[in-house]
Amino acid sequence: MRVRFVTPQAGLPSNNTRSYDVAKATFDTPELKPHQEVVDLPTVKPGTMHHLKTFPAKPVHNESIGYPGELVDDWQDKAVQRLGELVEGSKALRVFLDTCVKCGACTDKCHYFLGTQDPNNMPVARQDLLRSVYRRYFTFAGKHFPKLVGAKDFDKPMLDDWYNYFHQCSQCRRCSVFCPYGIDTAEISMAAREVMDSIGVGQKYCNEILGKVHKVGNNLGLPEPALVDTLEGLEEDVEEDTGVLVRFPVDQKGADVLLITPSADFFAEPHIDGLIGYGKVFHQAGISWTLSSYASEAANFSMFIGSADNLKKTAMRIREAALELGVKRIIVGECGHAWRVAYSFWNTLIGPFDFLDPKYPVPQHIVEFTYDLIQRGALELDKEANDHRRITFHDSCNVARASRMGNIPGGQFILPREVIKAAANNFFDMAPDTIHEKTFCCGGGGGLLTDDLMELRVKGAMPRMQALKQVVEENDVNTLVAICAICKTQFAKVLPYYQFDSHMITSLHEVVGDAIQLGAKE
Amino acid sequence: MILSVVFALLFYAATILLVVGVARKIAVYARTPAPLKIPVAPAPLTRAGVVWRMTKEITVFRSLFFSNKWIWLFGWMFHVALALVLARHLRYFTEPVWGWVALIQPFGKYAAFAMIAGLAGLWARRFLVDRVRYITSLSDHLMLALLMAIALSGLGIKYLSHTDIVDIKAYMLGLMYFDWQPLPADGFVLLHFSLVITLMVVFPISKLLHAPGMFFAPTRTQVDDAREVRHTAGWTAE
Repeated sequence: MRVRFVTPQAGLPSNNTRSYDVAKATFDTPELKPHQEVVDLPTVKPGTMHHLKTFPAKPVHNESIGYPGELVDDWQDKAVQRLGELVEGSKALRVFLDTCVKCGACTDKCHYFLGTQDPNNMPVARQDLLRSVYRRYFTFAGKHFPKLVGAKDFDKPMLDDWYNYFHQCSQCRRCSVFCPYGIDTAEISMAAREVMDSIGVGQKYCNEILGKVHKVGNNLGLPEPALVDTLEGLEEDVEEDTGVLVRFPVDQKGADVLLITPSADFFAEPHIDGLIGYGKVFHQAGISWTLSSYASEAANFSMFIGSADNLKKTAMRIREAALELGVKRIIVGECGHAWRVAYSFWNTLIGPFDFLDPKYPVPQHIVEFTYDLIQRGALELDKEANDHRRITFHDSCNVARASRMGNIPGGQFILPREVIKAAANNFFDMAPDTIHEKTFCCGGGGGLLTDDLMELRVKGAMPRMQALKQVVEENDVNTLVAICAICKTQFAKVLPYYQFDSHMITSLHEVVGDAIQLGAKE
Repeated sequence: MILSVVFALLFYAATILLVVGVARKIAVYARTPAPLKIPVAPAPLTRAGVVWRMTKEITVFRSLFFSNKWIWLFGWMFHVALALVLARHLRYFTEPVWGWVALIQPFGKYAAFAMIAGLAGLWARRFLVDRVRYITSLSDHLMLALLMAIALSGLGIKYLSHTDIVDIKAYMLGLMYFDWQPLPADGFVLLHFSLVITLMVVFPISKLLHAPGMFFAPTRTQVDDAREVRHTAGWTAE
C-alpha cells in the first residue's frame, strides 16, 4: 500500500481521491457514432453554453498574483487601456486582430464547438468577442462606423461574454493550423484573460493555483517535508514491487540532472506511475538526478492567463534551483503546456543556460532522454511485459503544436511513438485527422481542468472520444497513452462519461517502466 | 473636362491614402515586438525553411487547402484570377507594353470570369453555410459587393460600352506623368473607376490588410530554434 500525500484543494484533482458521479450531471453527454473516425459537422445553436461561467477568483487569489482583488471602479477605461498596451507589445495580437477575413475555415475545427454547437465556440467568433472591442476603440472604421464592421462597446454584457467564452478555450491552437493567416486564438484568449485580470476579474482555478506556486513551489501547495515523505514512500513501493532500490532523490546537490515535472506526478493516478517510470529509466541509465523542493512544479499556469510577470516569475524558480543544485542538465517530465513553456519560452525568460553542459539541449524532454537511451541500447526493454496492453497515443496539443522533440520538425510526433513501440508490441494510431498537428485537445487544457467546467470538459472531449472509439472497435485498444498531466487527469475523469474505463489512460513512462528489466544492465 | 480633373484628383488622393496607409500599417507590424517564440509546430528549423513555408501559403494557400476545400477552391480561384487581371491591367500603365504583360492578355480576359465565379462562391457560402452566416457582418457583404461590382463594371467596359481603350490608356499615362488627358466619360468607365478608388481607400482600414498582415504572423514566420538561439524582444528584452 502506497503512502500518498493527498491535499483536498489539489490543483489537479486525482481520480482516486475524488469520486466522479456521472448521475449528478445536469447535461447530456454527446453520443458517439459507431465505426466513425471524425465527428459529424454540427449545426449552429446559439447560446447553448452561455450559462457556463467558471468560478471567479476571490480577492485573495487575484491579489496574490499581482492583480486588483475585485472589479475596479473605472473598469471599462482600464480594460481598454490594458488592451491597447497588449496590442502595442505583441506583434501576434496586433496582426491577428487586423487580418481575419471571416473566411470560415476555422469554424468547424474547435473541439468545443463540435461538442457544444455554441457558435461562440467557433474560433473566429470567439476572437470576434475581443476583435469587436478592439475595433470600437482602436480602428478608424470601428470608431466611426461601428455597426458596419461589427464593432462593440466593452460593456457589462460584453465582459460577461468574455468571461464565459474565453474560459471555454483551451488554447490548444488547432484552429491556427487551419487558418490561412496563422491566426492563433490562444494568443487572443490569453490577452482577454490578462485584460480581465487587470481589472480584477480573474478565474479561481488558475489564479489560486498560481498563488500556491509562488508561495510553496508547486500547484498543489505540497511543502518540502510532504514531498520528501511521498517520494520515500514511492521508493519503498518500487522496492517492494521489483526488489530493486530505485531512488527518487530531492534537493540532491551535484546531481547531473534536475528533473522538473508536473506536481500531479507526485500523487495523482496515472501520473505517479509515470514518475516511477522516469525513476527506473534514470536508475537503469545510471545517471544521477534530483527533484527540487523549491522548483517542484513544471506547470506554469501564467501562460493560460497571459500574464508576462507571472510567467517569468514562475519559471525563474527553475533557473534558481538549477544553479543552487549545481546540475548539468534540466529534463522536463510529461506535461503539455509545461513543455511549451520550457521548450519555447525558458531560453527567453530564464536563459541563457551557459552554466549547464552544452552537450545537451536545454531543456530536454524526458521522452527525448529515454529515446536517446533506447537508441544507444542503454535500456533493456521487455516488450512482452506490455502484451496485455493495446495502445494508442494521444498527441497533447501543446507538445504537438507549440514545441518540438528531437532535431527534425515533427519529432514530437515520432519520438513518443518510437518509445512506445520500443516498449510494447501492440500500437495503433487513431484517425489521421485527429493526431499529430491535427490532434484534438483532451478538453481540459488551458486552465479549464476544474470541476465547475465539467460540462464543457465532457462535451469538448467528444471529438477525441470519437476517434478513440474507432480504434477501440477496430483494434481492441485498451490503453490511451498521454504525456501531459492535464490530459491524464481530464481523461481519467471524462472517459467514463463515454462508457470507457477510466483506467485506460496511462502515462507513457508507465509503459516504459513496466518494460524495463531492472538490474539487467548493471 | 471637369470629370477628368475630378477623377484625376480622386486617383491621386486614393493613391496617397493607399500607399501611406499600407506603409504605415506595415511599419507598425514590423515595429511591434514579438516577445516570445510562438511558431505553430511543426515549424521550419531555418530561415530558408520559413521562406518555403510562406511561399506555399501565398502561392497555393496550403493551410486553407487542408482546412476546407470549398473555401480553398473559391478563394484560390478568386485570388489567382485577380492577380492575372491586375497584371493584364498593366498595359494601361506601360508604354511600350512589357513583353510578359502582352503575353498574358488572352488569359487575363477569361480570368475576369473566374474572378466573378470565385467571388460568387465565397458570397454564396455567407448565405448557405450556417457557421459562416453567423460570423458574417455587413462589411463582409459590402466588400464582396464592391469586388463583384468592380469585376462586372470592368466587363461592362469591354463587352457592353466598347470604350476605346486607347483613350483610357492615354488618360492613365497622363495621370502618371502629370500630363492630364481627357477621360472617356462613359458610364461603365466612371463606375469602374469610382469603385476602384473606393477599394484603394478602404484597403488600409479593412480586412484587406490580410495581404500585408500575413507576412508578419509570428505563428508562421518564426523559426523553430527556441532552444538554440535565445530570442528576446519587447518585454522579454527588458
